[in-house]
Amino acid sequence: MSAVADKYQELKDLGCEVFSVSVDSHFVHKMWNDHELTKMVDGGIPFHMLSDQAGNIGRAYGVYDENQGIELRGRFIIDPDGVIQAMEVLTPPVGRRIAETIRQVHAFQVVRASGGAEATPAGWQPGEPVLKPGPDLVGNVWKVWKPNE
Amino acid sequence: MADQPEGCARVTGAVLGEAPMADESSPTPQPIKEAIMTAQVGQKAPDFNAPAFYKGSFANVQLSDHFGKWLLLCFYPGDFTFV
Repeated sequence: MSAVADKYQELKDLGCEVFSVSVDSHFVHKMWNDHELTKMVDGGIPFHMLSDQAGNIGRAYGVYDENQGIELRGRFIIDPDGVIQAMEVLTPPVGRRIAETIRQVHAFQVVRASGGAEATPAGWQPGEPVLKPGPDLVGNVWKVWKPNE
Repeated sequence: MADQPEGCARVTGAVLGEAPMADESSPTPQPIKEAIMTAQVGQKAPDFNAPAFYKGSFANVQLSDHFGKWLLLCFYPGDFTFV
């Protein structure tokens, strides 16, 4: 969570609000923030840390592990209409790469701003050309985009 | 954000669904089943509310109160774990 907190301003600048969720109580969240996370991130965690002790939210999102009683590392990007645009679920030992999440938020925002007229190719980074799907692009993607450029 | 009173009850997150529809054709009342939603891309995010810790205080968060913005929801195994 400290890795997300570290990039919080970048997400905020994109108009993206963050919520973390685990099966710990909000009291334990406070202790974790106050005693450890504040040593990793200046000022501590800047977003809401949600408590889902019974796993109800985790079940609804398909990330609650009934055998272990924990929530998997599920990450969901939700657009302003409340629609899930992206999800990633990892088992506990491997952490996420927040830079990839930020890249995806950028990309979904570009697509949304175009009203769906534009798409971002694989590996797209902000500022790079986008694709405009249509009859002229069929069979011609190679003219405007290559995977190794 | 106003502080809310904190009790000792084990509060938890709760999924918010639409109230179950009464089945008029059924002679006996149907048991109310817990709404089971599984999040999918391209579909509406399941709404919920949950107690939260936020900047030194406790708060209650309802996801749909924040619709209209881009939202990032991050689940993780537990506090004081290592990754």
